[in-house]
Amino acid sequence: MKYLSQFLMILGFSLVGEALQRLVPLPIPASVYGIVLLFAALCVGLVKLEQVKEAGGFLTSILPILFVSPAVGILENWALIRGAVLPIFLLVAASTALTFGISGRAVQWLLKKGGGKHD
Amino acid sequence: MTEFLRISILPIALTLAAFRIGQLLQNKWKTPLFNPTLIGTVLMIAFLLVTGMDMADYTVGTAKLSWLMTPATISLAIPMYEQFQMLRKNLKAIVIGVVSGAVTCLVFLLLGCLLLRFDPALTVSLLPKSVTTAIGVPLSELYGGMGGVTTAAIIVTGIFANMMGPTLCKLFHITDPVAQGVAFGTAGHVIGTAKANEVSPLTGAVSSLSLVVAGLLTAILFPLLAGAV
Repeated sequence: MKYLSQFLMILGFSLVGEALQRLVPLPIPASVYGIVLLFAALCVGLVKLEQVKEAGGFLTSILPILFVSPAVGILENWALIRGAVLPIFLLVAASTALTFGISGRAVQWLLKKGGGKHD
Repeated sequence: MTEFLRISILPIALTLAAFRIGQLLQNKWKTPLFNPTLIGTVLMIAFLLVTGMDMADYTVGTAKLSWLMTPATISLAIPMYEQFQMLRKNLKAIVIGVVSGAVTCLVFLLLGCLLLRFDPALTVSLLPKSVTTAIGVPLSELYGGMGGVTTAAIIVTGIFANMMGPTLCKLFHITDPVAQGVAFGTAGHVIGTAKANEVSPLTGAVSSLSLVVAGLLTAILFPLLAGAV
């Protein structure tokens, strides 16, 4: 019954996230509230790792499956993007390379400056 | 035929099977091009087009699966917590790196979309393309974006970061494992993290922490940018 109680704990955070999305007049997804709250609860010890670990591991492992259905939804948007597929692709590729370079360089520079400690 | 197409568990069964085929392909040929989500999507689109299954029936059918999205995304807090404990010493550098990467990405995309005179709905759909689907898609939809376009852009981004990552590390002289991890996670979310895990366990851990931080940050910055669309 460990999995049931773990799943219920995660569902509880989901419900709070969904409630906050409705209460707070900001367009922030329910899952973002949930991640922050569960992370905070783990940090302060309100929730122990063994109260969520296995069910959470299962849920994160099935995430890629859950994206198939929304991705199929591109069929409905095809008319709007069909003329711009190449520029979209180039923009996506260029921004990814730039993000990769900037974030990597920034960290490398900071670590070198601070003496570079790993553990 | 239409009678069979309306069996209520059919969309879920087909989606799982299509994803599984993608997994088997990826196990056999270890290339990120055979990303199971991508293969699953292509197979499902082909199925819908060939059989004429109603898109609404498919969406309603898979909704029985989609409700797991929020609890599954929230569960990302668990590995985030574990890595947070492990990476405490490098935390400042990691967070600054993710912030600089995420801000660059959003500003570059916004300017690019404005320059190309993209439709606002398309711009909003593309802005969250570097973050994990679980955060990017609801974000896009909350601002009037198209979930399907966002998902596709996110997957293409991840595959690009995964395949080009090692080359980009050489190009930008990113040699430190922590710096490489931040680059993979910030630019390529979960699919980039898969490559980071192959580089080293430390790189993988940094990458998976970075992808959640980048997702949260993008959600916070989004209102500022969406206003400019």
